[in-house]
This record gives sequence, structure tokens and C-alpha cells, in this order.
Amino acid sequence: MLSPRHALDFERPIVELEQKIAELRAVGEAQLGQELQQLEWKAKRLQQEVFAQLTPWQKVQLSRHPLRPFSLDYINRLVPDFFELHGDRAFRDDPAVLGGLGRWQGGQAVLLLGHQKGRGTQENLRRNFGMPRPEGYRKGRRLLEMAARLRLPVVSFIDTPGAYPGLDAEERGQAEAIAKNLEVMAGLPVPIVAVVIGEGGSGGALALGVADRILMLEYAVYSVISPEGCAAILWKDPDKAETAAQQMRMTADDLLALGVVDEVLREPPGGAHRDPDAMAQTIGAAVRRHLDELSGLFRTSVESLLSMRYAKYRALGRFSG
Amino acid sequence: MVWWDRKNKATERPASAPKRSVPEGLFQKCTACQAVLDTSRVVEALRCCPACGAHFAMPTEERIQLVLDPGSFQEEDAALEPVDALGFRDTRGYGERLRLAQEAVGVSDAFRSGLGTIAGQPAMVGFFVFEFMGGSMGSVVGEKVTRLFERAEERRLPAVIFSASGGARMQEGILSLMQMAKTTAALARLRRAGLPYVSVLLHPTTGGVAASFAMLGDVILAEPGALIGFAGPRVIEQTIRQKLPEGFQRSEFLLEHGMIDAIVPRAELRQRLAQVLGLLCGGVP
Repeated sequence: MLSPRHALDFERPIVELEQKIAELRAVGEAQLGQELQQLEWKAKRLQQEVFAQLTPWQKVQLSRHPLRPFSLDYINRLVPDFFELHGDRAFRDDPAVLGGLGRWQGGQAVLLLGHQKGRGTQENLRRNFGMPRPEGYRKGRRLLEMAARLRLPVVSFIDTPGAYPGLDAEERGQAEAIAKNLEVMAGLPVPIVAVVIGEGGSGGALALGVADRILMLEYAVYSVISPEGCAAILWKDPDKAETAAQQMRMTADDLLALGVVDEVLREPPGGAHRDPDAMAQTIGAAVRRHLDELSGLFRTSVESLLSMRYAKYRALGRFSG
Repeated sequence: MVWWDRKNKATERPASAPKRSVPEGLFQKCTACQAVLDTSRVVEALRCCPACGAHFAMPTEERIQLVLDPGSFQEEDAALEPVDALGFRDTRGYGERLRLAQEAVGVSDAFRSGLGTIAGQPAMVGFFVFEFMGGSMGSVVGEKVTRLFERAEERRLPAVIFSASGGARMQEGILSLMQMAKTTAALARLRRAGLPYVSVLLHPTTGGVAASFAMLGDVILAEPGALIGFAGPRVIEQTIRQKLPEGFQRSEFLLEHGMIDAIVPRAELRQRLAQVLGLLCGGVP
């Protein structure tokens, strides 16, 4: 059960009801059976109602939910033999970017990449809230190039507020590090599947997200700038973030309609954090299906795989004339 | 004189548009050394301060004249028009913003490109129009840049892009972000085909343009004092909660940190470009 401490505003009524049910259950009165059933039904209904009409801003909040599963939560469930690899071989290891090898659901060996947020203050500081520095992207690049040599497909998890906008990151070439990854991923001669699991924060997300297939969780978001940043620049008012979130069309269903995302993965009732195991199963099966398809193409012709990837990005954009 | 032994510290400072405090056109004040300047002399000096050498913004049309051989520019894709794909509205509708920018600047979007020659050397060339919504990259800019790289590959020509951009255009949302991947994918193909690409960074080059093809030149040149980086200085100051050091993210800083190859003053740009293109295209046949 979700603790009220971590509940978002719109989750609170549901959580309070669930708490009441739990209390009644603890009392264990037999004559309460029917009432309990009714309450449970009511809680479920309430959750369905709230989640059926989530606003884009509420989805932004869900994508940043403190209890939302992060890359490692899925990797631990889906890749039993995960072997983490560290460092860019030039400056340092960036804990905001995760990389390693493992067998997807015990089957095909793959390279795993992802942004990694921290749980709690201490780990969040260590992982810089999932905001990579150039060395994080360069670790990613090193591993991507290795995967290409060894014919390992790539599975990448996207979950970052954005690339770290700090002095040291600029000094070491944040722009170049991101740009180089876009180039490397565009021409990487192995299948790539990216899954947007939480926040897709601009170029910092894209730098691990150029792929043959892009899957996105139902309540994940992906945008060119954070709604807060957009509001501050265009409305000159950070309080307009909610409006900006709506205007930017940044939800999974929006991105599917715009042709950016290939498949939306439905979340368990109440969101991925309510049932990480179920969410992991959904991700596991979907990624496996796409990997199988892409591997078939890869075995027949690497050139067709790369042409298909090029065509996918080539088609993005709307203009006339 | 080389950039690092300039006596006047002020010349290393930014070179955005000079402030106009007197009637439009006649005089202007240098943003770097504060000298009051006769505008016609500034224009003659290639939009540089005759007193301290600071580089001010140069309108794209003048940039084309400066760099390409007279009459050699064959513009392509000028008819591409932006559309409001998201129905985006901030304090104004995006459609209206586009119309206003088009009327004010006289181009359809923030990038002009085509075939041109530089001292006789043909190249596919592209110019960001910073005057148009801060040179921001949406679908039209992304498509033009992509076509530029594709045509360079088809025609076996080098590519040259002059970047001046605040980054991806927010009003086209995720489609703008995806232009980073699209343009860079085209550049990746150009590279595999063994053709050179020179990136010239003007003031300012930041965000999604810096974090894609602008920072990927085989050779990267920059004008003196240009602001170049991923995040803008204000965002960084808010993040680290301290003032940034003088000269941070300027061309000179990037050269020192190994991010660009050379700083080229505007007066030498054409000649240095011709030289480097000749060398890049001069491999053993």
C-alpha cells in the first residue's frame, strides 16, 4: 500500500480509503465482511475514475513520483545476471548513467543502458537526481561501441530530468558529449530498443534514446524542455508549468499520435509504482518482442536495419511546401 | 594580433547587438568598450567595433555576402514553411508568432541553405537566421539541415554550417527535439561517406543545436567572444547558485578546454574557411 506521505494530491483520497480498509481489516470483525468488500470496490472505482481523466500535468507528477520504479528496479526484475560496467575511461564514473551486460529475461545477452535516479537524499546526491554529466554520456558511448563490435542488441531506459546544467559539465563539453551519442546511436549496427519509463528530459534523454523502437510507459513524459523551464521562458512565469505541460503535448499518447513513439505500455491500475512486478512483466514481454523482430532483420541485413532507423527519424517533423 | 594577447580585456566580452540609445541608425554604443560609434562605420567594419574589435550580430544576408563568392549562392528549400503542428499557444499563438517573425525578418524560418562557392570551392552551405525566433530549430530548420547533409553526400561536396541558435524551438515540442536526432543521423551518413563538414559557431550557439550537429564538425571554428554551450548561463547560475566566472562559455574558453579548433575573426573568416576546406578536400584521390 502507498503511504500517504508519498501520495500525490490526486492519489490522496484513494490512499485514505485504502488505509481505512486496512484498519478495518486489522480489527478483523467478521460482520464487516460485506462492508469491506463494498469499500474495496469503492476504492477501485475511485482510482479508475481519477486515472481515467489525468491531466498532462498530473502525468508529469506521476512520471516524477518518488516511488516510481527506476531503471535498476526493472533491470533487477528482468535481467537476473546483470553485470554492471563502470566509467568512461577518461575522467570518472557517472552514477547518473547506468550501463552493463545481462541476459534479457534470461535469454538474449544485451547491453543495458539507462539513466538512474536515486531513492532518498543520499543516493539522489550520489546519482545527481539522474542528471548525467558528459562522462556519463561518454560511458554510454564506450559501451555502445563495444556492443556494436560484439553484436549485442541494446536496451536503453530513459528517465532523467535532463542533462546536468552545471559549470563542470559545461567545462567538459556537455553539448559535444550529447551530440556524439546521437551520432553513434544513429549509425550503431545493432538493434536498439529504448523505453521511456519516467521523465524524458530533453537532449539529456535523447542522448541515450536514439533507437529502432521507442516504447513509452503510459504515465511517462517526454519533452523538449521541462514544463517549468518552458513556462519560465515563454510565459515568464514558472507557475504556468501546468499550462506548458498541456501545450507541449508531452504525454505517451501525444507522442504516439505524433509518430515519435512506437508503442505505449499500459501501466498497472494506479501507476507503475503500485505494482512494479506487473510493470516489469509488461516491459519484459514488449522489449523481448521488439528485440526478436529486430534481431531477425539484423541477421538478414544490418544495412536494412540502419535504413529503417534512418527512415524513422527522417520522417519526424511537420512543415509545408 | 592573436586573441590571447589582446591588451583590451573588453574585446573578449560578448558581442550581442549593440544597444541603441540614440535615434535609430546613426550612432550606437559598443556593448563591450562603451565607445559611441558611427553606425555606418560599424557596418563597414563588418559589424565589428572599430574601436575594440568586438563582434556584433551580423544579419544573415550580410553573412552570405561576406563568406560566399559574389553571385554564387543558389538557395534551396526557401519555400519550406513552418506549421503549428501542436496548436501551441503561450501568451500568443505560435501561428501568429511565426507570421510576425516572417514579416519582420522576411524569411520563412530560421535557416537558409543552398549551394555556394567559397574562393571557388563549391560547398553545401547553411546559415542560421538568429533574427528569426532566436534561430530556434523546429521542423523546417531540421529538415533543411538534413537535406543539406544529404545533398552534400549525393553531390560529393563538403558541408559548412554557420550556427547561431538558442536551441530547439519549444513551440514545436517533441518534434523540435527529434530534429536533433534527424539532423545528426544525416550527418553520420555524410561522415561515413568520407565527406568533410565544417561547423562555424556564431554568437550564441546553445541548447539543442549545440548538442547536435554544431559541436560535431570535423573542424569547428568560432567567432571571437561567441557564447557556446549546452545550458544557458542563467540556468547554470540558478543550478549552482553562484556567479559564473568572466569569459565562461565564450569561444576563448572553449578553445582552451579543447572543444573547438580555432577562433577566427570575421575579417579573416572567408579566407580561413577557403583554406581549411581546400585542405579537408585534399586527401589522396
